[in-house]
Amino acid sequence: MIALQLNFAVEKLFYRNTQTIMRAIVIAGFFSFLIFLGSCGDSPKTDTQSAQKNDVEKKDPNQYDPHRGEGKFTAENVKVGATLDVAMAKAGAEVREVKCAACHSLKDDRIVGPGWQGVTSRRKPEWLMNFITNPDPMISKDPELQVQLEVCLMRMPNQNLSDDEARQVFEFMRQNDGVK
Amino acid sequence: MYSTQSNPMKRLINVIMPIMAISVLSFGINSCKPKGASEAVSGDAAVKAYVPPGKYDEFYNFVSGGFSGQMSVYGLPSGRLLRVIPVFSVDPEKGWGYSEETKPMLNTSHGFVPWDDLHHTELSQTNGEVDGRWVFGNGNNTPRVARIDLKTFRTSEIIELPNSAGNHSSPFATENTEYVVAGTRFSVPPDNVNGDIPINTYKQNFKGHISFISVDKQSGAMDSAFQLRLPGVNFDLARAGKGKSHGWFFFSCYNSEQANTLLEVNASQKDKDFVLAVNWKKAEEYIKQGKGEKQAVRYAHNVYNESTHTATSEIKTSVTVLDAMSLEGICYLIPCPKSPHGCDVDPTGEYIVGSGKLAALIPVFSFDKLQNAISTSQFDGKYDGIPVVKYEAALHGEVQKPGLGPLHTEFDGNGNAYTSFFVSSEIVKWNIKDLKVLDRVPTYYSIGHLCVPGGNSRKPFGKYVVAYNKITKDRYAPTGPELAQSAQLYDISGDKMQLILDFPTIGEPHYAQACPVELVAKNSLKFFKIDENKHPYAAKGEAESKVVREGNKVHIYMTSIRSHFSPDNIEGVKLGDEVYFHITNLEQDWDVPHGFAVKGALNAELLIMPGETSTLKWIPDRVGIYPIYCTDFCSALHQEMQGYVRVSPAGSSVPLMFSTGKNKPAPDPTASAK
Repeated sequence: MIALQLNFAVEKLFYRNTQTIMRAIVIAGFFSFLIFLGSCGDSPKTDTQSAQKNDVEKKDPNQYDPHRGEGKFTAENVKVGATLDVAMAKAGAEVREVKCAACHSLKDDRIVGPGWQGVTSRRKPEWLMNFITNPDPMISKDPELQVQLEVCLMRMPNQNLSDDEARQVFEFMRQNDGVK
Repeated sequence: MYSTQSNPMKRLINVIMPIMAISVLSFGINSCKPKGASEAVSGDAAVKAYVPPGKYDEFYNFVSGGFSGQMSVYGLPSGRLLRVIPVFSVDPEKGWGYSEETKPMLNTSHGFVPWDDLHHTELSQTNGEVDGRWVFGNGNNTPRVARIDLKTFRTSEIIELPNSAGNHSSPFATENTEYVVAGTRFSVPPDNVNGDIPINTYKQNFKGHISFISVDKQSGAMDSAFQLRLPGVNFDLARAGKGKSHGWFFFSCYNSEQANTLLEVNASQKDKDFVLAVNWKKAEEYIKQGKGEKQAVRYAHNVYNESTHTATSEIKTSVTVLDAMSLEGICYLIPCPKSPHGCDVDPTGEYIVGSGKLAALIPVFSFDKLQNAISTSQFDGKYDGIPVVKYEAALHGEVQKPGLGPLHTEFDGNGNAYTSFFVSSEIVKWNIKDLKVLDRVPTYYSIGHLCVPGGNSRKPFGKYVVAYNKITKDRYAPTGPELAQSAQLYDISGDKMQLILDFPTIGEPHYAQACPVELVAKNSLKFFKIDENKHPYAAKGEAESKVVREGNKVHIYMTSIRSHFSPDNIEGVKLGDEVYFHITNLEQDWDVPHGFAVKGALNAELLIMPGETSTLKWIPDRVGIYPIYCTDFCSALHQEMQGYVRVSPAGSSVPLMFSTGKNKPAPDPTASAK
């Protein structure tokens, strides 16, 4: 790299009066650089190029969807009834007591994380369930969660809720928001 | 810089010189051909021992902590320390032996023993191959065997050994981990007779015992199955037979002179001591026939329960003993030169390598020849009732002039043996069949044990041998009178062994075993499930956090989650109270322990894993306000994870009060005056 940059600098400066000699020198310098590259076998350039290629390939198919979040839940596979499933909400309240209540109040005040009041109107069911079960990747990608992180200064821990428990907690959130 | 020059030629030279210099430099620095032998070793070695940041090592190396009483885990080939597992000694870093739940683990028939000496590690095996489930360790001083569960890298069980003293010949396992053995180093009078006797009646009254501890196939639970009563010699090391020799166990022993003083001289009188061959299947038959004697003894059996997160210690009172000196067919003695130390069985189960510490050769015995010698009665009389097989009748051959002071041998699975030499400070590679020395490398310095991953099993993984050295002298920057403890890693994948790394260890790296990371990592537990927590004082959720007074005992059911305790304001504790902080970590994710400390606690702190409950007992010694806080950096607001306990005088009427986030500032009495 250094040798190459110097070669260009030299060419610029002495193009007029020492053109022929300089060309010879440049070629010689470049040649020695080639030897330098070849002297230890594989050129590091090849690795960098292929790594960059892979990065580009990876990015395309997985666009982050800020409405759905990231995880196994979608608008199709989360079924939400018109009325409250009381038993499910009760189970959700029990899960919350052990795994969520230390940080989230039921009103709109913040303990560690935001209070739950109104959360079901702010977020889609699949977004909430994805966030509960898969918080780390979403905190890294979701623009609103990143803003939230600056307020709370705490990445929401993965409390390892099962899929059923996540659904139950969501039903309890609906109850908390007045669904009957 | 160049543009300031006026003369074109001068400028030209000024340009050419740096270019040439750079070309020469770049060529010189990057040329790969080493210039000498020392460079050849170091250049190549760094690559072989290098594990890039973020990558796992290939092997776990379970290294005994020797006199520290602990076990340490290193990655190979990097030599990085991954964990110190507390076993036989208290460990304030992990609350081991300080929390109320772990104190019973260090209980013995003598009471609480806070520091012991762990010499050997033994990975469990199935069909003679390392299975990655448990690793065992021996407590040398107050004789015990521990089982560490590799799901949690924690000590799950410790069993004490009656009739024993100095449990050195331990904890070696049979090829399906049916048994872990424990041979006593010191012979002593049995526990059930009066031990108040003159020491110089050793020959009449002192006996050696070997314990066979059974291990449950599913749970790993240990039990004292039976003991063998044997002559009053010193048992040193042991290995189980494997493959064709499965059903047999081989123990080295010294002091066949049965000396009781100045053993350095008096136990080195005879030209040969013994390797004891034990037919444990025969011993099982005698037990079935009821030939065992039940003896009244006392020993502790400590078990850590993962659902209550609590250990219990039970004192057991009976052991079954077989008199191997009178019951025929259990034991045979093979003469072995000069105070044998290591006693190692090759992967085929055919060859038994005895290593006399003071010998200048290595005898290799043949299992087939031993069987033949026994069936054709090729004996040289008896030693305290046990038949002595003729040396030549059991001998496969001797490795001649291998080095000085052979100690231990491990195997690579390709027909080669690797023996450590303490006195000549080297590892010697030799061929098991033709007994020819193939290679030797120096160690720095005075190697004791050595380890090839899986090197004691039917299927060694080869690739590396690690030397565990007794002296490091000039290898590391000095640290006062006590220097760094050290291990050294050698690549054995080629014909010649090659030193590739020195790595410091906790003291003292005695023996070690190693196995592939994937064998263990796939079962590694990430956290304890909170809904399976059966601790009697668990608070599963902040709603269950509370403070309960029972007479002068105050139980605080406290929870921790990033980043607060509940309750974090407690009043109503009085002088004379015994306070128990039962902390439940509500986190349900990997790698989020919380710590706990209270000012003035006379034992230690706690470290609580996700989903676990741990208890710190605290007896406040003066009236005042005591801060509590989280000691394990848990989040950006870790420094805010704190609280207060108010301690009032005995007989005070301050009511019991506890809360989190609700104890709002009291009105300032000076405010109205202003």
